[in-house]
Amino acid sequence: MKLYDFIWLVPLFPLIGAAFNGFVSNRRGLSKKTTHTVALLGAGAAWIYGWAAILQWFFTEDRTQPYVVKAFTWITGGELAIEGGRTAAVDIAASFQVDPLSAVMVGFVSFVGFLIHLYSVGYMHDEPDREYARYFAYLNLFMFAMLTLVTGSNLPVLFVGWEGVGLCSYLLIGFYFKKDWCAAAGMKAFIVNRIGDFGFILAIFVAFYYFGTLEFEGLFQAMGNDHHGHFAIAATIIGLLLFVGAMGKSAQIPLFVWLPDAMAGPTPVSALIHAATMVTAGVYMVARCNYFYQMSPTAMLVVAVIGGVTAVFAATIGLVQNDIKKVLAYSTVSQLGYMFLAAGVGAYVVAIFHVVTHAFFKACLFLGSGSVIHACGGEQDIRKMGGLKKYMPATYWTFLAATIAIAGFFPFAGFFSKDEILAKVFAAGYGDLNHNGGIYYLLWVLAVLGAVLTAFYMFRLVFLTFHGSFRGGEEAEHHLHESPWTMTLPLKVLGVLSIIGGFIGLPGHLWHHPEHNLIDGFLEPTVLHLEHGEHAAHPGLGLEFGLIALSLAAAGLGLAIAWRFYLMDPGYTRANYLARRFPLVYKLLLNKYWVDELYAATVIRGTVKLADLLWEFDSRVVDGAVNGIRHLTVGWSWLSGIFDLQIVDGLVNLVGTSYDAASRQFRRLQVGFAQGYAMVMVFGAALLLSIFFFVNL
Amino acid sequence: MIGATHYVVLSLILFCLGLVGVMMRRNFITVLMSLELMFNAVNLNLIAFSFRLSDLAGQVLAIFVITVAAAEAAIGLGLIIALVRLKDTVDLDQADEMRG
Amino acid sequence: MEFLIANFVEILFYCLAVLTVAGGIGVLLFKSPVHAALSLLFTFVLVGALFLLRHAELLAAVQVLVYGGGIMVLFLFVIMLVNVKSLAAEQVFMSGIAPLAVVGGVLLGVLIAFGLVFGVLASGHGDGTALRSVDGEEIGNTEAIGAILYTKYLVPFEVVSVVLLVAMIGAIVFGRRSAALETGGGGGGP
Repeated sequence: MKLYDFIWLVPLFPLIGAAFNGFVSNRRGLSKKTTHTVALLGAGAAWIYGWAAILQWFFTEDRTQPYVVKAFTWITGGELAIEGGRTAAVDIAASFQVDPLSAVMVGFVSFVGFLIHLYSVGYMHDEPDREYARYFAYLNLFMFAMLTLVTGSNLPVLFVGWEGVGLCSYLLIGFYFKKDWCAAAGMKAFIVNRIGDFGFILAIFVAFYYFGTLEFEGLFQAMGNDHHGHFAIAATIIGLLLFVGAMGKSAQIPLFVWLPDAMAGPTPVSALIHAATMVTAGVYMVARCNYFYQMSPTAMLVVAVIGGVTAVFAATIGLVQNDIKKVLAYSTVSQLGYMFLAAGVGAYVVAIFHVVTHAFFKACLFLGSGSVIHACGGEQDIRKMGGLKKYMPATYWTFLAATIAIAGFFPFAGFFSKDEILAKVFAAGYGDLNHNGGIYYLLWVLAVLGAVLTAFYMFRLVFLTFHGSFRGGEEAEHHLHESPWTMTLPLKVLGVLSIIGGFIGLPGHLWHHPEHNLIDGFLEPTVLHLEHGEHAAHPGLGLEFGLIALSLAAAGLGLAIAWRFYLMDPGYTRANYLARRFPLVYKLLLNKYWVDELYAATVIRGTVKLADLLWEFDSRVVDGAVNGIRHLTVGWSWLSGIFDLQIVDGLVNLVGTSYDAASRQFRRLQVGFAQGYAMVMVFGAALLLSIFFFVNL
Repeated sequence: MIGATHYVVLSLILFCLGLVGVMMRRNFITVLMSLELMFNAVNLNLIAFSFRLSDLAGQVLAIFVITVAAAEAAIGLGLIIALVRLKDTVDLDQADEMRG
Repeated sequence: MEFLIANFVEILFYCLAVLTVAGGIGVLLFKSPVHAALSLLFTFVLVGALFLLRHAELLAAVQVLVYGGGIMVLFLFVIMLVNVKSLAAEQVFMSGIAPLAVVGGVLLGVLIAFGLVFGVLASGHGDGTALRSVDGEEIGNTEAIGAILYTKYLVPFEVVSVVLLVAMIGAIVFGRRSAALETGGGGGGP
C-alpha cells in the first residue's frame, strides 16, 4: 500500500486532535493528561506517517515529477474567459502532492512541530485544564493548517493553509486574551497578515486569468513552455502580488510590525509559528512558484532588495533590545530577509535550505528562551538575568549551539546555509544576474554587514543571559532551576540538529557532484531552469573559498565585539558608553525606528478617518435616505388616508347623496296630488303617441 | 260639407279643454265635470265616425260610454261626499296625505 | 237668404260648435261649481244637437236624458249637499300647475290631431241610411240600434249592466255615514 496515496492524512491527524481537544477536552474539562496525549498523538502521527510516506515515496516514485493525490473536488464552476481568447473551466480540487519540496517541508515541519508539542506539555503545565486544552487544540489546528499549506498541489489549497496558519497565529498570540495587549497583538498580527493575503488573492485571480489553472504542475509547465516570454508580464504581476502575501506572512518590510508584538503569545507558539514554520510559509511559497520569479527579473529584484534591506534593518533593531524574545523576533525577521534575498537571486534551493536550518536553531533558541523565562518566573528582560549558565546547563549549551549556528560558524548548520546565501548573492552580482549586477553586489555588502550584526546581537544575548552574575534579585535567584525533561529533550534534539543539520548542504565536491550538493540535487527538479541563466559567469573556486573566509570573518567580528562588550566587561561600561555617546541612534534603534508610531499616525489614522467618514455617510446619507423614505412613506400614507377619507369615502357618500337627492326629486312626484299623476299620464301618452307616429311614418 | 274632420277637430278641442280642466282645477267637483266633458268629446268623435263609416257600432259604443260615464260620475260624487266628511273640504290642494 | 238656406247645415254646425266650445271653456274657468255645472249642462245639450246632425237620434235623446237629466242633477245635488262655497279667485286652479298643464294638454291635442288628420281621415261624406236600417230596411235609428244591441253586442250590454250595478253598490257604500268616515263623532252609527 502506498502511504503517500493518502498524504492528506498528514494534515488530518492533527485536525482530529484539534477537534477532540477543542470540542471535548475544552468543553468537558478533561484532564491535562488526556489533552496532551491526544495532541501529541495528533502531531506525532503526522510526523511518523509523514516521514514514512515520504520515505516510501522517495524510494518508489520518480522524484522528478510531483505525485499528486486528489482527495475530492472542491470548487467547480463554469467556463471562464481568460487571457488570449481562451476559456478555462473552474475546477479546483482539494489535492495534495508529494514532491521534493513538499517532502522537505513536511519533513521538518512535522518533526519540529512534534517537538514543540512535547515542549508545550512542560511549559503550559501551570495553566488551568480548559486553557490547556484550548492551547493544544489551537496548536494541533495550526499543524493541520501548516501541513495543508505545504502539501497542497494548487494555489487555493495552499491558500487554505495560508489562511489557516494566520488564523491560528491570531488565536495563539491572543491566547492570554484577558490581557489587553495580548489580544491587541493578536489582532495586529491578523490584520497585517490580511493585507498580505489581499495581494495573494489577487495573485490567484491573475494566475487563473493567464493560465486557466491553479495547479502548481500546470503552472510549472505553462511557464516552462513559454519560450518567448509571452507570460513575462503575467509572471511579474503574479510574482509581485504573491510577494505581497509573503511580506505579510513572513514579516518583511513594510509588513513586519506584527512579529515583535506576536511575542505576547506563549513561547512555544513563538517558537513554532513565528520562527520555524508559519513565517517561512512565504519563503516556501516563493520557492514553490519560482517559475514566476525566474521569468521576471523585476519581481526577483524586488524580492531580493526587500529581503536584503529587511535583513539588515531588523538586525540593527535587534542590537539594543532588552527583551529576550524581542531580540529573537527581530532576529527571525532578519533571517527571513536572508531567505528572501536568496530567493531573489534565484537560489530557491538555498533559501529552502536556510528555512530548514533556521527552523532548527531558531526553534531551539526560542524554546531555550522559554526555558529561561520559565526559570526566571516570567521575567523576560535580559538586564535582569545573567549567570544562568550554572543553573540551567542543558538550556545553556543548546542555546549556545543554536547561537553559534545562527552566527554562521563552521561546521554548524547555519554556516552552510548562510554561507551559500552570501555566495549566491555575490555570484548574482558577479555574474550580473538579469543585468542588475550592481544592485546585487550592494545587497551582498548589506548581507555581510547583517552577518556581523547577527553574530553580535546573538552573542550579546547569550552573554547577558547566561554569563556574568544574576541581576534579578535574591528572591528570583532561589527559584532558578532547570526545566523538566519535556522541555529539555526538544532543546537537546534541536541543538543537535543545529549542529549537524547543515551537512546535507555540504558542497558537492565531496560527493563527486561538482555543481550540486545533496539538498540541491534533491530539490533541483522543482526549480524552473532557464537556458540563459545557466551560462552566467560563476565565481571560481578560489573566489568561493575567499567568500567563505569572509563570511566566517564577519561572524567572528561580531562575536569579538560582543565578547568585548559583554563578556569581558562586567559592568557593560563600553556598551553603555556607546549608548550615551550616540543617544539618537540608540533611541532610534531601541524604538524600532518608530515604525509602529509611523503606521499609527498615517495608515491607521487614515483608516480610522475613512471609517469615520463612511460612518458619517452612512448616518447622514444612507440613514437619511432611509429616514427620508420613512417620511415619504408616512407622508404618502397620510395622503392616502386623506384620499381614502375624502375621495373614496366622498365618492361613496356621493353615491348615497345622489340617491338621496334623486329620490328627493322623485318623491316630489308623489305629492299626493292626483292631478299631477294625471299630468304625468298625459305626458306619457304624448310620448307614446309620438313614438308611434314616428315609427309608422 | 261638414265631414268627419270638423267633428274630430271639435271633439279634440273639447277633449283638451276637459283634460286641462282635469289637471288644473282645484275643486274636486269641477274636476269631475271636466271629466264628463272629456267623455262627451269622445262620444262626439264616435258618432262622427259612425256616420262616416256607415256603421252602427260607433253609436252602440257611444251608448256604452254614456252608461259607464254615468256610473263613474256616481262613484266620483260618492267620493266627494266621503272626502267632505273626512276633511270638510273639496280643495284638492289639501288632499295630499298620500305623499311619498 | 239663399246662402243661409244652401249652407244651413254648415252654419248650424259652426254655431253649435262655437257654443259647445264656449260651454267647455265655461266649465274650465267658472269659479263657482254651480256655474260650471250649468255650463256643462249647456254643453251636454249642444252636443246632443250635434249628435242629431249626424243622424244619431237615439244617442241624442239618451245624451240629453242621461247626461242632462241624470248626471247634472246628480252633480247639483251633491253641490248642494256638501254646501260648497265658491273658492277665492286665486284658488280656482291648482297651485303651480297651470303652465305645465296647458302645455301638456295642447301637446296631446296636437298629436292626436296630427294622427287623426294624416293617418286616418280621408275627406268624404257618408250618408246616414245605414244608420237607420235593419237588414236593408229603413226602420229608424232606434230600432236599428236595438236590433244590433241585443244581438251582436249582447255581451257588452250585459257587462255594462253589471257595471251599473257595481256602481250603484259603490255609491251606496260611499254615501253611508259610517264611523270610519266621520271626522268628528265617536260611536258607531248605521
